[in-house]
Amino acid sequence: MKLFRKPSSSFSPYFSPFSEDSPHQHLAGKLLTRSEITLKESELTQLRKNLLVQIVSSITGRQCQRCGVRQSYFLCCFPHSVCQKECCFCRNCIMMGRVTECEPLYLFSPLASFKKHASPCRWKGDLTPGQQAAADRIISSIHKREELLVWAVCGAGKTEMLFPGLTHALKQGMRICLATPRTDVVRELVPRLRSAFPDVEIEALYGDSEDKMGSAQLLLSTTHQLYRYAGAFDVMIIDEIDAFPFHNDNSLKWAAARAAKVEAAKIYLTATPRKKEKRRIKNKQLPAVFIPSRFHGHPLPVPKLKLTPTLRSQLSKASLPKSVLNSISIQQKGRRQLLLFASTISYAEKIARLLSSDYSIDSVHAEDPERADKIESFRKRELEVLVTTTILERGVTFPSVDVFVIDAGHHVFDEAALVQIAGRAGRSPEDPTGEVIFFHIGKTDAMLEAQTAIEKMNRKAKKL
Amino acid sequence: MRCVICFASILPSVNWTNFLSPQKEEKVCQVCCEKLEFIDDPGCPRCGRSEGTQLCFDCERWEQSDYQSVLTKNISVCTYNDFAKELVARWKYRGDFTLIEAFTEAVQTKYKNHFNGMEADLVAIPLSKERLRERGFNQSEALITQLGASPERFLKRKGSEKQSKKGRRDRISGENPFELIGRTERPVVLVDDIYTTGMTVRHLAHLLREAGCPAVYSFTLFR
Repeated sequence: MKLFRKPSSSFSPYFSPFSEDSPHQHLAGKLLTRSEITLKESELTQLRKNLLVQIVSSITGRQCQRCGVRQSYFLCCFPHSVCQKECCFCRNCIMMGRVTECEPLYLFSPLASFKKHASPCRWKGDLTPGQQAAADRIISSIHKREELLVWAVCGAGKTEMLFPGLTHALKQGMRICLATPRTDVVRELVPRLRSAFPDVEIEALYGDSEDKMGSAQLLLSTTHQLYRYAGAFDVMIIDEIDAFPFHNDNSLKWAAARAAKVEAAKIYLTATPRKKEKRRIKNKQLPAVFIPSRFHGHPLPVPKLKLTPTLRSQLSKASLPKSVLNSISIQQKGRRQLLLFASTISYAEKIARLLSSDYSIDSVHAEDPERADKIESFRKRELEVLVTTTILERGVTFPSVDVFVIDAGHHVFDEAALVQIAGRAGRSPEDPTGEVIFFHIGKTDAMLEAQTAIEKMNRKAKKL
Repeated sequence: MRCVICFASILPSVNWTNFLSPQKEEKVCQVCCEKLEFIDDPGCPRCGRSEGTQLCFDCERWEQSDYQSVLTKNISVCTYNDFAKELVARWKYRGDFTLIEAFTEAVQTKYKNHFNGMEADLVAIPLSKERLRERGFNQSEALITQLGASPERFLKRKGSEKQSKKGRRDRISGENPFELIGRTERPVVLVDDIYTTGMTVRHLAHLLREAGCPAVYSFTLFR
């Protein structure tokens, strides 16, 4: 997979240097529609005279220049009352505001000054030898402006590994973007990075985030927000590159490539690389660093498979097999909380309702308006059991949980998802183990591959 | 084929009854189709609300007001449920014009069932200039085009306030924001995207009836 293609030639930036008090400082490196720009027409004209903004066509050659899609079912026409013609618009990125053929995009020069911090990092912890080795590789990749894939098991402490690299980049006054496909991951990263780099301007950008400017030196964002950037970043870090929706959305990959400078350093983080990345590593096309052990040194919990043949028929009747109920009641007698994964939203809700008389329980899913609050109350131990869809499979840390998957044979649980789910258990050094059970109605390849992958990691970690 | 709503590919099913005939193009996938609630007649004889078959509470209140029987009948295609709200937000506010294609067939059938053979003018609800520039299209004109007709424009909007931001009381007590710029001798079908309280269509119906229009109907996508 060519993750980062060269951006198309229309984005080659030839701009004059900026001035400090210019309104351009907040817009550097962005690619916006006119309605997203709050500047007056006169200010915009001034910026154009100073060559700080370029006007580019929004849809050319049957391709949306904001999100890169070419498929005919995304590019549709409608009778536009503004231009009085049949006007082409993009349906793929319409949730970020409509891009139409007759209205151009404004490309702002990425030239802007960012602070060179003398010693930005206040994090006092120590890195394990494995983490340190990875951190060194990250620094050298940033220095040489190269690509690097960091393949670290769940709970290896990926975020901490980034700190030395981020420090290095901030010292040089580089602009950094740490992007990830999942909103929950951004929410979790923000406080950790703000406390590690208290003097650095950090902004979080996602669908309904409080920060909206997106002009900070260190930007944490969902990959969707990258539709609004072009040639902006010196360092582009993509966390969880194998996660939905990034891994199978070429448009997001295109946007991520365009958002970074052509010569930017590109760091990808993942615990479960997809086949394409594995192949590129094997063929030595993608430099990689491998961290098989968790930061606390304990092995990953290996999932147990439990056959429950009546599972699906019971689920459709909104009940659970006795063996599952028994496992839950035994688990709840222990000290740990329980994270229950369900295949669909309706099953998650049904299971939560079924168990609500016996346990303090709730369910979350992607469209849940109270999603963030429910996760927070589970974190505060106000809930004992949380039923979730795959949205909590990655990027979130609860200190002491057991993990059950109900109907692990469902197609939403692929190998990567199951490895990530198993990786939610035993994450803190105080409680480094946890029970992981996959309830199923027949083993699938995904379950067995996940089990093998975890055992393989544990063997490799032992050898260190 | 791709679903107009979620872009999932739709695989045409071939069986013994249809393998020789040309396949009908499905616009919406099974999953999205199940989330839409199409209104089956009859409901409230006046506004088409789906609970009960008697005149509904809201319509009874209308009958006791100044707007007594200005509106002959309202016909709606779908229930305005959560999924529909999402679609309307995407269609109207984000400006995803093409979404209307998901409803073309249902809209045409419904219209034919209720207004077949009637000599009527199809009238669009006017948008203010600012709103039209923002959206790039007028949603009720888009619906009329789907019906294969051309919209009549003999109404004008005075102000620019959004109806959807107001509660029932504000809407009903509010001044009539429209004015008539033509007159009609034929019955009129007002076409709009949503019937919420029925204020908008009654404002317009009132104007039209005063100007001598024999009957005013309304036809909306959601109810």
